[in-house]
Amino acid sequence: MQDRVQDSVSDSTITPPSVVGAGQTFASVTDKISSIALARRTPMGWFLGAGVSFLLTMLLMYTIGYLVLTGIGIWGNNIPVGWAFDIINFVWWIGIGHAGTLISAILLLLRQQWRTSINRFAEAMTLFAVACAGLFPLLHTGRPWLAYWLFPYPSTMGVWPQFRSPLIWDVFAVSTYATVSALFWFVGLIPDLATLRDRARRKAAKIIYGMLAMGWRGSARHWHRYETAYLLLAGLATPLVVSVHTVVSFDFAVGIIPGWHTTVFPPYFVAGAIYSGFAMVMTLAIPLRKFYGLQDFITMRHLRNMAKIMLATGLIVGYGYMIETFTAWYSANTYEEFMMKNRMTGPYASVYWSLILCNILIPQILWWKKARGNVALLFVVSIVVNVGMWLERFVIIVTSLHRDFLPSSWAMYNPTFWDFSMFVGTIGLFLSLLFLFIRFLPMISIFEMRTILPQAEVHEAAD
Amino acid sequence: MAELVKLMSAITRRDDERNPRSSILNPRSYWRSLEELAEAEEFQELLHREFPENATEWNDPVGRRRFLKLMGASLALAGLTACTRQPTEYIAPYARQPEDLVPGKPVYFATAMPLDGFATGLVVESHEGRPTKIEGNKDHPASLGATDVFSQASVLGLYDPDRSKALSYLGDIDIKPWSAFLGAIQPALLAQRALAGQKPLRYGLRILTGTVTSPTLAYQIKTLLATLPTAKWHQYDPVGRDNAREGSRLAFGQYVNTIYRFDKADVILSLDSDFLSCGPANLRYARDFANRRRLSNEKHEMNRLYVVESTVTNTGSVADHRLAALPSRIGAFAQAVASGFVPGFEMSFRLEKPLSPEEQKWAQTVAAELQKYHASSIVIAGDSQPPMVHALAHAMNQALGNVGSTVFYTDPVEANPENGTDSLRQLVSDMNAGQVDMLLILGGNPVYNAPADLDFASAIRKVPLRIHLSLYKDETSELCQWHIPEAHYLESWSDTRGYDGTASIIQPLIAPLYSGKTAHEVLAAFLNEPERSSYDIVRDYWKKRFDVGGQEPAGKSAPPQVGGLTQKSTAPPQPVPSASSPQSAVGFEQFWRRSLHDGFLANTAFQPKTLTLRSDWSASLSNAQSPTANPQLEIVFRADPTIHDGEFSNNGWLQELPKPLSKLTWDNAAIVSPATAASLGLGKNVNGLATNPFSRIGGEIIADQVELRYQGRKVIAPVFIQPGQPDSVVTVHLGYGRTSAGRIGENAGFNAYAIRTSDAPWFGSGLEVVKTGGTYSLATTQSHHLIDAEAAGERDVVRSGTLEEFKKRPSLAPERVEEESQPKQSLYPGFRHEGYAWGMSIDLSSCIGCTACVVACVAENNIAVVGKEQVARSREMHWLRVDAYYKGGEINPKTYFQPVPCQQCENAPCEVVCPVAATAHSAEGLNDMTYNRCVGTRYCSNNCPYKVRRFNFLLYQDFYTASLKMMRNPDVSVRSRGVMEKCTYCVQRIQKAKIDAEKEDRLVRDGEITPACAQACPTEAIVFGDINDPESRVSKLKRQERNYSLVGELNTKPRTTYLAAVRNPNAELEV
Repeated sequence: MQDRVQDSVSDSTITPPSVVGAGQTFASVTDKISSIALARRTPMGWFLGAGVSFLLTMLLMYTIGYLVLTGIGIWGNNIPVGWAFDIINFVWWIGIGHAGTLISAILLLLRQQWRTSINRFAEAMTLFAVACAGLFPLLHTGRPWLAYWLFPYPSTMGVWPQFRSPLIWDVFAVSTYATVSALFWFVGLIPDLATLRDRARRKAAKIIYGMLAMGWRGSARHWHRYETAYLLLAGLATPLVVSVHTVVSFDFAVGIIPGWHTTVFPPYFVAGAIYSGFAMVMTLAIPLRKFYGLQDFITMRHLRNMAKIMLATGLIVGYGYMIETFTAWYSANTYEEFMMKNRMTGPYASVYWSLILCNILIPQILWWKKARGNVALLFVVSIVVNVGMWLERFVIIVTSLHRDFLPSSWAMYNPTFWDFSMFVGTIGLFLSLLFLFIRFLPMISIFEMRTILPQAEVHEAAD
Repeated sequence: MAELVKLMSAITRRDDERNPRSSILNPRSYWRSLEELAEAEEFQELLHREFPENATEWNDPVGRRRFLKLMGASLALAGLTACTRQPTEYIAPYARQPEDLVPGKPVYFATAMPLDGFATGLVVESHEGRPTKIEGNKDHPASLGATDVFSQASVLGLYDPDRSKALSYLGDIDIKPWSAFLGAIQPALLAQRALAGQKPLRYGLRILTGTVTSPTLAYQIKTLLATLPTAKWHQYDPVGRDNAREGSRLAFGQYVNTIYRFDKADVILSLDSDFLSCGPANLRYARDFANRRRLSNEKHEMNRLYVVESTVTNTGSVADHRLAALPSRIGAFAQAVASGFVPGFEMSFRLEKPLSPEEQKWAQTVAAELQKYHASSIVIAGDSQPPMVHALAHAMNQALGNVGSTVFYTDPVEANPENGTDSLRQLVSDMNAGQVDMLLILGGNPVYNAPADLDFASAIRKVPLRIHLSLYKDETSELCQWHIPEAHYLESWSDTRGYDGTASIIQPLIAPLYSGKTAHEVLAAFLNEPERSSYDIVRDYWKKRFDVGGQEPAGKSAPPQVGGLTQKSTAPPQPVPSASSPQSAVGFEQFWRRSLHDGFLANTAFQPKTLTLRSDWSASLSNAQSPTANPQLEIVFRADPTIHDGEFSNNGWLQELPKPLSKLTWDNAAIVSPATAASLGLGKNVNGLATNPFSRIGGEIIADQVELRYQGRKVIAPVFIQPGQPDSVVTVHLGYGRTSAGRIGENAGFNAYAIRTSDAPWFGSGLEVVKTGGTYSLATTQSHHLIDAEAAGERDVVRSGTLEEFKKRPSLAPERVEEESQPKQSLYPGFRHEGYAWGMSIDLSSCIGCTACVVACVAENNIAVVGKEQVARSREMHWLRVDAYYKGGEINPKTYFQPVPCQQCENAPCEVVCPVAATAHSAEGLNDMTYNRCVGTRYCSNNCPYKVRRFNFLLYQDFYTASLKMMRNPDVSVRSRGVMEKCTYCVQRIQKAKIDAEKEDRLVRDGEITPACAQACPTEAIVFGDINDPESRVSKLKRQERNYSLVGELNTKPRTTYLAAVRNPNAELEV
């Protein structure tokens, strides 16, 4: 079946290849997807996964409690390495979110219909990743209870934030991103929530889904407004795909530390974000389609397309690394040259070379069509890219800071248990939210899936 | 009471999450809050039980110490647990404000701090009756306004919550009244009187003191010796100056005090003397030395310093030529130099291993140079070198005509100079022989720091009655029945003398916090004057002396003593001026008030005297030293640069102060050279070079542990590899490994006294170093192994050059930088700072790396101590650090010190990145920090090219200990957890001066504002002022060609700039 699926559209006269497995009907699509959320019996595997995630979330809560009571000295940060796991994790999570927005918004505007089956959970992933990311800038401050000072609110002290600081830009970028992502996700959910409301048998489910569906009746006026709103939100979200990580990269590019002060950072960060985002979508989609039997909705064509995007963005990231190195040499600047040498041969050289291996070398396997068709291999590559992108942030942040201008202030950085518990804890939070999402909400957009069924095409043609 | 306890325990339960690693049971972790401390199970129990369980551990010394630690958690809590009712006392506000006491305005009093007996004149800042900051006394000859690290940190010693607080008998903490002690010693004294008639006379009472220069104390002791014939006086200092004293006896046949005038010397040869940072006159010598070599655009002359030394010191580090040598060969080297020009002197022995050609050449060059600068050179021998070397130095100075121009001799400053080691040896043998009935130890800690071969601890147990006066319940107190808490010098009336004999009255700044007694008061009890206060004792002494025209008052003269004591020859009249007039109470009152105000007694410096060398001085040389050709390792003992002989081991500021060269904190180490380390298989081998193995956290070294075996004794020590250390020499610093010092001092480092013997107290050969295989964590603030030429060499961090290079190209800038230092282009118009524009200039030629500025900054700005673990994580809080950079090979590198405070950039990278505007630029160019506004993103620190910002990663400040609250500078906020802090150029001092100036409707005058670092600096390397005023000192310095900005190519436009370091090497010795 999958062999018949074409990867691309080259001729508009032929019917676009299907991105849904054969034999699905409107009813079967609706049944299949809504039953996951409405089923009475929750599979044991869900309990197992959610249980482990929940425990990790508890570890996060414990860490946060200890952190707020004691101070960020429980982490390994020091002077000169003022930022470490906290900001690495922040950038990593924000980056992961990017794929969701890209799939939902940009691919929607580009009318890439194959996006339909993965956009819902990619968006959810975005939202949860941003939630995890948001914890870090808040909690990495010395006095998190005062972090609201970063918002421009009319204060009795008559003090505004300092608008020249990239951290303030971050606040705007990330909070806008979180808002738009949440809206986009929720608006997209409304028609499906109505479906669940209509199909739910338990009273509580009817009430909750009913409230969330906000009175959706599926009238033509509803559909019209919905389409308008969704398109507008997509338009709003599109620049965010580029802007958020650009702004995040400014945190570094605006600084004067060798290894940070680099003009290539914005595009290189955006590409890196999409790279890691698609890797994460892949990491989540492969087990999901397996366990819930969704091979007909998340097809090999999806995986292949995502693999191609990963390959492309990975190459942009590789270009970024290359340009960084070239500039360090070309600048003839002592500090820049030393920074690059220190990355490659210094005490954290192993991290740098692991990053090159994970982000540049291993993903080259995706050039081969066969590799792109091998689900297990794709899964492994996607995990490797996720690790690689985390290492990239480690290299940028820690190795740049630990040896900067004056050799007298150089020092090493080593994470503590609490650095890891915070990171692992956010993974737990992310997975917990995701488990709740796949259990209680349709992980694939039901109504949009119906529109891409061949039956819908026929209907449109006759229209 | 019960309610209070409940309340306290409720408070202690409030925070339930704490760092599990920090507990009161680990004395090296600084506890950060009472809550955290009180979390300790034992303490909770103590709170809840009327009869604490640990009370049973009372007679076990270890258990008792732990108990005391818990008890001492805070004054307030300890008070709560003792079920005593507070007396009803009424407090009242000032009905009439005392004159000069305006709340919020500090007042200043002159006093003096004795260290090893010798005075440094001080001026102490007092806020509402609380001394908070120590400054040098500009008029005192031993200070000239500067201070050392010990005096700066002594204010913490005063408020140390671990100080001994009560008189105790057999460790009994029941607060004994003073009368109980008086009652207890009476029978013993009566017994002594009864003994007095017996023949032969047995000395039953022994008094053990450190070196005494205090005229009053010496007078009291001598009076006691006269009235109680069975009494005998011993003096011992673990880092005493026996060698210098014996050297003068060897050369002149009598004890003399030598004074050097470095301000007149063009060529200096130091024979293992660290005269810039050790000894009674180090501040004065550092100032004089620096003044003689200070350069300007106009003045292009410098003095030249040759140093031969057996371990790395500050003096060696700033030398123009430094020769690292085995300590035992420095004598031979001195002979080689002397044989060139000292008449009638030839090498008295043939070395089995002759001087190397390099050493030969060195000796000849130095000898030639010394002769060239006849009468304007100095040869100075170190206190650790044997008397023979001192005698040689005296002979050389005589032959060079230096005596009378750069070298002066006076009477000894010590009231009763004697050989301390011999004196102590005598005491121990008498104690072992059962001859001593009663031992009175006034200060000092001989159980801990006496030479190991004397085994003082077992000897003292043979004395029936033992009394110890000290600031802490230390190792000696534990072995004495009576422990008397000593009054800190800031709580005492006393007197003392400086290096040149200048006498100072020590006046108290505060009444004794814990009813401490001074040595004068204890001695008064033995003189049947138990109720006399030390004020009366000191004042009466000087009154008497004033009345007789300045001479030592007659009193009852002490009988000549036998044994190890040498009776001082009758002291010549030492004038007290203005006393020659008809003696009247008014005249004395004036003299007394003048002396207190000035901080010293005018014209009490000793007059130079003319001496002639003994004709047979050189004859004793061959006996004095037999050459050793020992292939074994040699060991060098030195006082610790920050905690001295252990006197300051419970001082957190000094423990955390990085040692000038190793930058170690909280520990001592066995210091070895890279080559020796390599041959012993120690350290980490990096490209064939042994380096300190750093761990992956901040500044932690995982040092190899070795067992040092020396003369049948052994101690386990961590190894630190130090460039510049002579090969085959292991240096150990004294003062660590305390077992009873307080929470800070205990269990830090290893006890080097354990292998120090009385016959070789400073160095010796025959050391064995055995690797144990274990490791030990050392915390440093700077990782030297990284500072290699490749990484740092191209960075324009320390500009340096020789005098010749300076004359050719005064900027000394690397050519690369000179090309680039064109005016920076900018899109924006420059900003003109109107009014004041504060700036600082730091002369790297003058800096000797003493780190007094760092402690001064800590004291002035309420900077927290973070503890060893946090230093190991690179989280020390010092706003100012002194970086040490090496140049050249690791065998004998050139060393440069660079103090780095906040550079106060005009284009400050920290300011633009702060999201909440907590760090902003002031109109006067200061880079201000608003602690209240800081949320702690640390972005500013990341973006600071100088990494001078410090972050409160945890709650480092102790907000709860009552005594520490009194210590803090009320003009500077105490920072809490989670905020960034940094150098402010002492903005509180700037504001004060501006307010004063504004009131007088004038501008702030140049020199009116001195930041704490600049004020402490002995060499005046740091100068602060208004750079908008072209006539200010700092403006003039910044116009020097040598002036440069640190990492100036970043265009940060720092207000702190440096003057390039210039050395003056001899072309003949340059390779």
